Amino acid sequence: MAYTIRVNGARHSVDVDDDTPLLWVLRDLIGLTGTKFGCGMALCGACTVHLDGAPIRSCVTPIESVGESEIRTVEAIGETPAGRAVQKAWTDLEVPQCGYCQSGQIMSAAALIAETPDPDDDDIDSAMSGNICRCGTYLRIRAAIKRAAAEAATQAKGG
Amino acid sequence: MRGVQRIERPSGLAPSRRRFLVAGAAAGGGLLLGLSLPGLGGRADAAEAAAFAPDAFIRVGRDGRVGFVVPQVEMGQGIYTALSMLIAEELEVPLAAVAVEHAPANDALYANPLLGFQVTGGSTSLRAFWEPLRRAGAAARTMLVAAAAEAWGIDPAACRAEAGAVIDDSGGRRLAYGELAERAARQPVPGAVRLKDPKDFTLIGTPAKRLDTPAKVTGSAVFGIDVRRPGMKIATVAACPVFGGMLKAVDEGPALAVRGVRQVVKLSDAVAVVADHMGAAKKGLEALRIAWDEGANAGFSTADLVRDLEVAAGGTGVSGDQAGDVEAALKGAARTHEAVYRMPFLAHAAMEPINCTVELRGDRCDVWLGTQVATRARAAAAEAAGLPPERVTIHNHLLGGGFGRRLEVDSVTQAVRIARQVVGPVKVVWTREEDIRHDLYRPCYYDRLSAGLDEAGAPVAFRHRVVGSSIVARWIPALFKDGFDFDAVDGAAGPPYGFPNLLVDYVRQEPPAGLATTWWRGVGVTHNAFVVEGFLDELAHLAGADPVAYRRALLDGQPRARGVLDLAAEKAGWGVAVAAGRGRGVSLLSGFGSHMAQVAEVSLAGDGSLRIERVVCAVDCGRVVNPDTVRAQVEGGIIFGLTAALYGEITLERGRVVQGNFDSYRMLRIDETPAIEVHVVQSDEAPGGLGEPGTCGIAPAVVNAVFAATGKRLRKLPIDSSELSAS
Ligand code: FES
Ligand code: FES
Repeated sequence: MAYTIRVNGARHSVDVDDDTPLLWVLRDLIGLTGTKFGCGMALCGACTVHLDGAPIRSCVTPIESVGESEIRTVEAIGETPAGRAVQKAWTDLEVPQCGYCQSGQIMSAAALIAETPDPDDDDIDSAMSGNICRCGTYLRIRAAIKRAAAEAATQAKGG
Repeated sequence: MRGVQRIERPSGLAPSRRRFLVAGAAAGGGLLLGLSLPGLGGRADAAEAAAFAPDAFIRVGRDGRVGFVVPQVEMGQGIYTALSMLIAEELEVPLAAVAVEHAPANDALYANPLLGFQVTGGSTSLRAFWEPLRRAGAAARTMLVAAAAEAWGIDPAACRAEAGAVIDDSGGRRLAYGELAERAARQPVPGAVRLKDPKDFTLIGTPAKRLDTPAKVTGSAVFGIDVRRPGMKIATVAACPVFGGMLKAVDEGPALAVRGVRQVVKLSDAVAVVADHMGAAKKGLEALRIAWDEGANAGFSTADLVRDLEVAAGGTGVSGDQAGDVEAALKGAARTHEAVYRMPFLAHAAMEPINCTVELRGDRCDVWLGTQVATRARAAAAEAAGLPPERVTIHNHLLGGGFGRRLEVDSVTQAVRIARQVVGPVKVVWTREEDIRHDLYRPCYYDRLSAGLDEAGAPVAFRHRVVGSSIVARWIPALFKDGFDFDAVDGAAGPPYGFPNLLVDYVRQEPPAGLATTWWRGVGVTHNAFVVEGFLDELAHLAGADPVAYRRALLDGQPRARGVLDLAAEKAGWGVAVAAGRGRGVSLLSGFGSHMAQVAEVSLAGDGSLRIERVVCAVDCGRVVNPDTVRAQVEGGIIFGLTAALYGEITLERGRVVQGNFDSYRMLRIDETPAIEVHVVQSDEAPGGLGEPGTCGIAPAVVNAVFAATGKRLRKLPIDSSELSAS
């Protein structure tokens, strides 16, 4: 089947089976390799992207379900206020180690902050416990989310 | 004092060979500097410098940029930054002026001085390159200063280097490195250079920003799995699910019927489906019904493995560490105690699944991947391709986790075998299930211990037998001598503790052929720290002693080990009562040139569910290059070790690995992660390794804390919470 999807503001046409996971369309056909493969079963969060702003696991999202929705990947997350704040906090606190899980972590964190501007620990647990980090950067992820939220709030206030 | 010979692992691996600095001019102008290791094809004279020019370690360009071809690979441990800091410190350039590149495969230029070939592992990188890279930086600076002095016609002693330029204070002149690079290339390589006095360090010891972070937060960092080549196909593979088994037959039809599938490749022991994208490759592979010849291991299970180890434990051991007369001391002891400890197979489960991209063109082979052993990867590719190694180019990448898995090249061999049947470049990507089921596992260990205590409860005899497979025998056979594996006993042999009578020995027991074991984060120490620290805690309890005080009394002459023990105890509030249902446990280890103590605090709910509340860690790793990275490595190492302590176990049934993905091979998640405090001791000693100790020390601290909370002694990993709920 031919599909045209909207990714980071651009349209892309691909010809794949209906059940092809979005992850492989992004990585292998469109060439957006920032989104990662970790498990293929919605168990690790490495493949997280935004579908109309909501975090989804692209490894279990069939292309046929995407429709006209706007997909955003890590490559364009810096264009959103929450994404920018998250990337800055990630850099300030030196969150990444190997870095492989971090695209997914950043996408989950950006969605959390956009939705819940002042997340508490429980909010962070529930938004982030689907994202595995084998290098064990969880403490810094938690701290960076709080910092990013605080920064995003200041920015919003300052206009 | 005891007369035990200590076994220091890295020095046992290779004689340290002197490296020679060589210098030359870059094609486009600029200074090149390399370190050559004679005897491995390296050359020591400057006349040959041009030959190594493309692969030189350090290049100072006409634009003043410093290119650094990093011999060690970046897998999250921050080594690109730490090694760049060593060069920048002596070269007198800002860290931001250094641009890192992955090294190609070349033992002569990029061998790890501690291990003798190009390898990143064993927490050796900083220890290995601490001197050579500072020397290289200092030599480059000396040549740049000499070039400036020559240009100005003054004595080099009148010049100084600062922030990427040479300055003549008296003449008020300044020449940037970029302007000097060409002239510097013609200067003689200094025979001896003076290294900075550590008190003058401006970069080493500061929390410098990691060079790899910006790319890792924007998704632009390129891992092996992200490689794209024109015309590239994607393949995914199924090896025989029974280890050691072979392919019998497969009908390609169902896979070829899937849109996007191009080809089915049959190997003697595996089937690969080649497609336009991974989605089609996976779907095609799932559609296949493959008949396997399961071979000799079709009935093998974990129970067989453990029974084999148990039987082997009754055999004859090879001594790894000996002091006094342990048998006599056991006989004469006021009381004795025995225990058996067990540890399971573990998979590595790096977040980036195993992958390898290969392109064969005539008599050339290009390989793209992330590997900890570039030259071994090249050798494996060459053999599988039927080409000489010079025809193989390894394009190394950032590693999405290594942990020992990427010290193996099985996937390179397999990918080249697949590529031989495919036209054009092919990227072979393993599914997570394949990654977990066809790993090379951390050995399964069986340890038997006995101790004798005197009237006062002090351990006058300590006997420890390690039974398990030998990684050294397979991986570095030259160092496997007389049945002895130094890694299997590392952390048991040469303990920080002064046991007057000690015997550590080793019995090798391999799993059936086809099932290989390999390095896993923390290597021998991860296994032995759990066993020794758990058993020592048992002895403290028998002696009616406080676990910290009991260890402390055995640490005469070990100020660094005692220092971290005291610091961790103090910061954790050791001795202050914990709430009901909680317990604190301690562990101590000396390994990788570092010393570490951890205190874990755990809580148990009524249903036996265990929560790790807090971990306090004190570490003395000698001089710290980047303190922020030290903290990150310890935090991450502890979490890695906690995953293993709580969940890590690979089991076999009917010759197959039972676990397959993160549902059955669980990882610690953010909501289960304890608070972790890392306290770093200030030290002027040589830098110690830090990628691994955190992982080694956490499991014993946790089981000791569980004992403190419940009185239940856990001697087997992973922790079985059903044992805890039976209260
Ligand atoms: S790859 Fe999608 S959740 Fe793991
Ligand atoms: S940074 Fe390596 S898996 Fe998260």
